Amino acid sequence: MNSLFEYLIRLGDDSLILGHRLSEWCGHGPVLEEDIAMTNISLDLIGQTTSIFEYAGKVEGKGRSEDDIAFLRYQKDYKNLLLVERPNGDFGVTMMRQFLFDAFRKPLFERLVNASDAQLSAIAAKSLKETIYHLRHSSEWIIRLGDGTEESHQRIQDALDELWKYTAEMFVEDEVDESLLADGILPSMKGLKEEWMATVNSVLEQATLTIPTNNWEQHGGRNGKHSEHLGFILTELQYMQRAYPGMEW
Amino acid sequence: MKKEQDISELERKFQEKIDQDIKIEPKDWMPDNYRKTLIRQISQHAHSEVVGMLPEGNWITRAPNLRRKAVLLAKVQDEAGHGLYLYSATETLGADREDCIDDLHSGKAKYSSIFNYPTLTWADMGAVGWLVDGAAIMNQVPLCRCSYGPYARAMVKVCKEESFHQRQGYEIMMALAAGSVEQKEMAQDALNRFWWPSLMMFGPPDEDSKHTKQSMDWRIKRHSNDELRQMMVDITVPQAEAIGLTIPDADLKWNEEKGGYDYGEIDWDEFWNVVKGNGPCNKDRIDTRRKAKENGAWVREAANAHAEKRKARKLRRAS
Amino acid sequence: MHTRKKEKRENLEEHHKKYIMANKEWPLWEVFIRSKQGLSHKHVGSLRASDEVMAIENARDVYTRRSEGISIWVIESSNVFASSPDNADSLYDPANSKVYRHPTFYDVPDGIEHM
Repeated sequence: MNSLFEYLIRLGDDSLILGHRLSEWCGHGPVLEEDIAMTNISLDLIGQTTSIFEYAGKVEGKGRSEDDIAFLRYQKDYKNLLLVERPNGDFGVTMMRQFLFDAFRKPLFERLVNASDAQLSAIAAKSLKETIYHLRHSSEWIIRLGDGTEESHQRIQDALDELWKYTAEMFVEDEVDESLLADGILPSMKGLKEEWMATVNSVLEQATLTIPTNNWEQHGGRNGKHSEHLGFILTELQYMQRAYPGMEW
Repeated sequence: MKKEQDISELERKFQEKIDQDIKIEPKDWMPDNYRKTLIRQISQHAHSEVVGMLPEGNWITRAPNLRRKAVLLAKVQDEAGHGLYLYSATETLGADREDCIDDLHSGKAKYSSIFNYPTLTWADMGAVGWLVDGAAIMNQVPLCRCSYGPYARAMVKVCKEESFHQRQGYEIMMALAAGSVEQKEMAQDALNRFWWPSLMMFGPPDEDSKHTKQSMDWRIKRHSNDELRQMMVDITVPQAEAIGLTIPDADLKWNEEKGGYDYGEIDWDEFWNVVKGNGPCNKDRIDTRRKAKENGAWVREAANAHAEKRKARKLRRAS
Repeated sequence: MHTRKKEKRENLEEHHKKYIMANKEWPLWEVFIRSKQGLSHKHVGSLRASDEVMAIENARDVYTRRSEGISIWVIESSNVFASSPDNADSLYDPANSKVYRHPTFYDVPDGIEHM
């Protein structure tokens, strides 16, 4: 197995699937301005997907394009976090999912900027700028909703309770990470979880929200063991490519 | 209360300004009817942008590749932006955005009927961009010079941004027309379904259009419906020919004398039916928008509540 | 009896307040954008936002999707005080007669440059 390829697939799938989820909001946002904000974030994520998979194709060396990789794999070959395939739910669930993810992606990209692999470093540098904005946007919403009305507080707390168990998967290091670390391709990820936790604590405190006490961790996405939701995402995502194989669009 | 004589004097001055192509700005005096007509026209236009997000938004998750997906997403996002620019222009006239939106949801306000047709295949993204945005641009370019300043300025921005919308649509059609048999069929089918509704976008024939004369005098409309429709046909026919697609009109013929195409009878019964609410998607479109507003109520409320709390805290800190 | 009435009234007021809060529109903000270093901020339009932080972010998304700006100002519309067009004559006409404020008012001999 090519570890760098595998790593890029994980990174790209997170962007692809979350971008897909966010794009489902287009035309349905709680207010026109927010509709535009969410599509902006979705566009950033799809842009990231494109450059990550372009590079993954090169690393793999089998002539696959970014579209081949994005659209033409089977479910078990997608390696995104379970968190990003969670359904949109209400606006609170969407924002909480976004916040927990952004708070992880920002310190991750900050580290990847220092990757010895020049291409990966360049992708991280561009994505980092985008992610800083995403994190600010989602943090502010968490605070507004948490410290808003009784109803919004309850809804966003429920969202946190629902999503919390999917966050641990972000910090698992397996043989893919280990081999890249050993080869010096990836920089050290030391302190990543602590930094994430600090952001989460600070925002949740301002939002008057409480971290759930249930410590159950739900894993699977990184190894291709997904929830039932991914199948439906792929059904839409792949529809054209599967119904009209091999055509140019 | 102004005397009648004063009013007619004001109206005379107002019309003089318009005739000299001097823009009217928000705080200037304007006849009530000018204000009302503009609010109706601009909010209708805004509604069209926002409802218009739905038939295309429908295909974002199914776009065939990453490039097309990003382009479509950016385009639909632009439409939300354009809706916003236009609502912002109606607010300069003293209208309230949410009131306008409520009128849309109650059926009191109209929007472009074209968005009551379904988008059934990927080729419809091509047809909508090429024909629907094409027709919209035809309508909008002259409005960049309309007499009301904020509307004209909004239209300048809209037109600048929309130039890519039509091109991306045509590019989709071009790719399909040059593709496999299935793809070409898909493209022709989309053209067949969207051609006539696109021509209807310019509104009823001049002899049945009740607003045209006054609006032309006020320069908030600069060409008649039929003039614009003719321009649309003349421009589009060669574009279809260039990529090997056939306009679904047996009566279409070049007329040397008028220097334009003669085209077949438009089914105005269909047009009025869709306007009245009997199009294939009228109910779905409005239901979707209404639901978005309802589902967002708690979010908007929370943001208000939070803003109040923050203000109060700031005051407390300051005192 | 008295307290029940009072309670009922308070409930109603509470309900009313909630209704207003739920239906209250976010305030309107005027947006000004500096398109590049060296130019002043220019009015580009308006938008709705519940607070100034959101207003800036929304302005970025709504009015600078094509990198139209490098700096944004937002001002709550209710804080804008505008001159009345009815007074336009008295406000601006006097300036018309002060041609000496314009450089073309002055004669400069042919051949003199950089002035």
